[in-house]
Amino acid sequence: MRIRLFKEFIIEKLIFLSGIASILFVILIFVFLLKEGLSFFKEINLFKFISGKHWYPISEPEQFGILPMILGSLLVTLGAIIFAVPLSIGAAFYISEVAPGKIKDILKAGIEMLAAIPSVVLGFIGMITLVPLVKNVLHLPTGLTAFSGSIMLGLMSMPTIISISEDAINAVPKSYKEGALALGATRWQAMYRVTIYAALPGIIAASMLGIGRVIGETMAVMMITGNAAVIPHTFFQPVRTLTATIAAEMGETVYGSMHYYSLFAIGIILFIITFIINITADMVLHRKHK
Amino acid sequence: MSKITTKNLNLWYGSFHALKDVNLSFYEKKITAIIGPSGCGKSTLLRVFNRMNDLVEGVKVEGDVLIDNEPICGTGVCDLVKLRKKVGMVFQRPNPFPLSVYENIVFGLRVHDLAVKKDYDKIVYESLNSVLLWDDLKDRLRKSALSLSLEQKQRLCIARTIAVKPDIVLMDEPCSALDPQATARIEELMRELKNSYTIVIVTHNMQQAARVSEDTGFMLLGELIEFARTEDIFTRPQDKRTEDYITGRYG
Ligand SMILES: Nc1ncnc2c1ncn2[C@@H]1O[C@H](COP(=O)(O)OP(=O)(O)OP(=O)(O)O)[C@@H](O)[C@H]1O
Ligand SMILES: [Mg+2]
Repeated sequence: MRIRLFKEFIIEKLIFLSGIASILFVILIFVFLLKEGLSFFKEINLFKFISGKHWYPISEPEQFGILPMILGSLLVTLGAIIFAVPLSIGAAFYISEVAPGKIKDILKAGIEMLAAIPSVVLGFIGMITLVPLVKNVLHLPTGLTAFSGSIMLGLMSMPTIISISEDAINAVPKSYKEGALALGATRWQAMYRVTIYAALPGIIAASMLGIGRVIGETMAVMMITGNAAVIPHTFFQPVRTLTATIAAEMGETVYGSMHYYSLFAIGIILFIITFIINITADMVLHRKHK
Repeated sequence: MSKITTKNLNLWYGSFHALKDVNLSFYEKKITAIIGPSGCGKSTLLRVFNRMNDLVEGVKVEGDVLIDNEPICGTGVCDLVKLRKKVGMVFQRPNPFPLSVYENIVFGLRVHDLAVKKDYDKIVYESLNSVLLWDDLKDRLRKSALSLSLEQKQRLCIARTIAVKPDIVLMDEPCSALDPQATARIEELMRELKNSYTIVIVTHNMQQAARVSEDTGFMLLGELIEFARTEDIFTRPQDKRTEDYITGRYG
């Protein structure tokens, strides 16, 4: 009896500790980020940082403007959303409402596998297949463009969006569909007039999570978008994203230099963006459960 | 006049024989009740009339089902859309769509392309009015139908069904989710609707069958045991099994 109680006590504390640890790590990371990044803002005005058009971190005089990268990230992300969200919703509907049993299982397993492919691998495949394709088909000077990045990132976010949307569609009560059919709706009308509305909160949350992944993604975009830190004017020119900037330059900075701190400042901006997206997704998901 | 007729209707779910040689005639602009113990095939029979059983995999139907003396599915492919416009259905659990009250009512109109947009308001008014919801909901037409009370939801489902002006309204235990007062009011509504529609109601509640219906059919294990005027079924049943059931000797 004693021993059992003791065991329970230990297990309980262990679980508590692991819970606390995960929160602690997040806080520590955030504190570290703030500590390194904030000292940067003592020298450079936040507004100037965000709206500056030029990124010359090591020339004389140095210039720290991340507007091209913010726009680059936005452009690539927006493109990915436009490409991936409608396709994913269609795919989710196909899997949950149309596909016969066998195909459904195969597709679901396949999509989960897609989610597990490391992004470097996807980036590499994109680099040797998608990039030349974009260049040749659209007759561009280079295939390393925001457009290529959008397609690549869209593909990467699709597994997340599809599987969560599919869950949401599956969770729609059968009685909605029956009611629609009994009123004479076709299967297709039942889907786009009723089921999609019932599943909408889940689909929105799924898209947000997918987008979260897109914004945070680094390797694949770095390999595909061309990394030119200039303000993009079209979809079909090279861009550089916030994440790629950090990843590409971190290895070359001098510890303690302004350049070094500026990368942390970019990190803070990214952190805030993804934080907002996750919170929004969470709120949408929660509204559904009420 | 006979509105719905079946001849030697048989239905199988896979190898399970759920309806056995059912022959019946339901009359126009009357309320017909179907009673019987759980699992005897009442819902299955009802769902034959609007072919909702088609959704179930492995269903096989044999025999004739006639509405207005025409086979519900003529030769060749079945026009389910047309059939279901003519034969509406109200379910056991109220199932308004997660849309606004207004959109719930015009759903059928949109699906069947029945009216021009400027007539929608009028039809919404008429439909809600005929289920006595207009006064309650006229200021809440744009609110979600999911925010209504259970009784209001069921009324809305009835309104949504009659908005497309069907001939027949099938009701599968429409009151079993409601409290006695709401039940009484829905029954009142059914008596009202009978003037315009042929109503078939499945119910577990024998008092309800006695209160609202003109004709009653008693089913047992997939067979239609007895079909007669409600009065007769309840006062002088011809079949021993009917008598046992209405006197409460079955579950
Ligand atoms: N989809 C199905 N697949 C296989 N068997 C089914 C299916 N639906 C119903 N059945 C069987 O058919 C029989 C009749 O079912 P039905 O739902 O018509 O009964 P019911 O009289 O409406 O019962 P209740 O009063 O409980 O609603 C039952 O034995 C049931 O188990
Ligand atoms: Mg039933």
